[in-house]
Amino acid sequence: MTSPTTKKRKPNILVTGAAGSLAQQVIKRLQKTCNLVAVDARTQVPLGDDIPSYCMDLNHRLLEDLFRQYKFDGVIHLGRIRSSQLTRMRRYNANVLGTQKLLDLSQKYDVRRVVVLSTYHVYGAMAYNPALITESAPLKSAGLSADLIDSVELENLASIYLWRYPELNISILRPCNIVGPGVRNTVSALLASQRAPVLAGFSPMMQFIHIDDMADAIALAYKKPVRGIFNVAPCDWVAYQRALQLCGCTRIPVPSIPPLLPRLILRTLGLRRFPAYLMGFFKYPVVIDGRAFENEFGFAPKRPLKEILHFYKNNKTPL
Amino acid sequence: MSLVSFLKSRLVSTELDEHINRIRKPIGTLGYDPWGYNNETVKYGLSLAKPIYEKYFRTEAQGVDHIPAQGPVLIVGNHSGQLPIDGILIGYALASRTKSPRIPRAMIERFFPTVPWLGNMLNEVGAVLGDPVNCARMLANNEAIIVFPEGVRGSGKLYRDRYKLQRFGPGFMHLAMKYNAAIVPVGVVGCEETIPAIANIKPLAKALGIPYAPLAMPVVLPAKVHLNFGPPMYFDGEDISEAQIGERVEQVKTEINRLIDKGLKERKRLF
Repeated sequence: MTSPTTKKRKPNILVTGAAGSLAQQVIKRLQKTCNLVAVDARTQVPLGDDIPSYCMDLNHRLLEDLFRQYKFDGVIHLGRIRSSQLTRMRRYNANVLGTQKLLDLSQKYDVRRVVVLSTYHVYGAMAYNPALITESAPLKSAGLSADLIDSVELENLASIYLWRYPELNISILRPCNIVGPGVRNTVSALLASQRAPVLAGFSPMMQFIHIDDMADAIALAYKKPVRGIFNVAPCDWVAYQRALQLCGCTRIPVPSIPPLLPRLILRTLGLRRFPAYLMGFFKYPVVIDGRAFENEFGFAPKRPLKEILHFYKNNKTPL
Repeated sequence: MSLVSFLKSRLVSTELDEHINRIRKPIGTLGYDPWGYNNETVKYGLSLAKPIYEKYFRTEAQGVDHIPAQGPVLIVGNHSGQLPIDGILIGYALASRTKSPRIPRAMIERFFPTVPWLGNMLNEVGAVLGDPVNCARMLANNEAIIVFPEGVRGSGKLYRDRYKLQRFGPGFMHLAMKYNAAIVPVGVVGCEETIPAIANIKPLAKALGIPYAPLAMPVVLPAKVHLNFGPPMYFDGEDISEAQIGERVEQVKTEINRLIDKGLKERKRLF
């Protein structure tokens, strides 16, 4: 007599921000073990026949149809719009209201695991920051720049849902600077450029995580439903100007005192690569402690800092 | 030979280079730690501090081996002399000792990180923003930290108040108890005479946003400096009241006073 075998169903997962290179790395890691559905507000990403892909704003009414149709078990929300993109109002709509809609639908349709990608920018760059900032530190960036308010609001919202709906098993990840092939954020663009601006006399400590390591971290986080907020950063550090040197960048000093002067210069120049509201991050260190995540999820970054910076040195073309 | 390696060969002796490399301080793959310490910069810093320590102030350090070879340590001393020369000399004494040298860390005023070049340079040689959270994390990281609980009350005091210990903040005791850190008291004699100040121009200090503006000669006098380190003091981490913490702080203060008196007795002349 043979006992009936119960075949475990693959979990259905919604991945937002699917057009980003990080999301594509995450999809690669999960596509064998999960049924993925990709959504991006910018474009419909071709991901093959196995992965349905939609170009859709998170505030769009059709998003609920996806929840109805696919009965998601998990949501990986990587679709945060960076501070260098769009206007404040559009970012607020997408990052705060869009995330709220996503979390409401997750709660309504019994999603059991949510991973939200945030950023270490929420801590804010201040002269008085201690090093190795832990997850319980106050989020000061909203008070320092209006352009970072939506990032903090997104986190606050996710935190409220984390405690109000424990069954959602929300994890919020606050990574340090994500860099590597295909990454188009501010720091990656600076490291990849021939010439990069620096604030004269300031070279704050920075942390960099390779995009592949970050994708590993998100995949690990998804697989272990532990609620909470976690920094994600390797235990390795380098001063900003030293990192530029190792990437073969020529440093262009911007006068840094009095503090109003660099702000005025950067606002006038309007450099997308070196925006005025991120000026603090090129002046004061925001060094985060990623050990809680490493211990909880058994995460160990594999790509050393030297290798990351070497990649930029050898790829001095627009990425 | 590049300019950097040329400067290094001129400034940093082979012995010092090997001495610092022997310490094997835990650092990242590019030579930095989370607070901005850099293993190469510290070699330049110590090379510059050596003639200041040995020739200019002709420092005599006694009992530096009282500082444990490993584990969290708070080196607590009296602060004096307008500039943090006492911190540099204590740090050099620890880093240059032959038996189990350690890289000293120092807590600095909150004003420094906002100063271009200087803030980064201080971080690279081991100084850290004087924040209790920073101090706690560094003790958890088994660092040896130089602390002046008098703060600017001590360094900014006038010449007429020399060798009178000012009020000690109790923060160092809380941290020592929590992290089971040894407290090594040190009495510094001589730094009071390096920049004798007769007044503090408070309006000028306020206008410049600095802690104090001493009325003093614009030179650092070559007073002979005596450093007397006492045996390590340990305080258990039991849950006690602020008044009892205050008593423990007084014990440390009394020991530092004893070490200052010892240094004053040993001193034959000011310069």
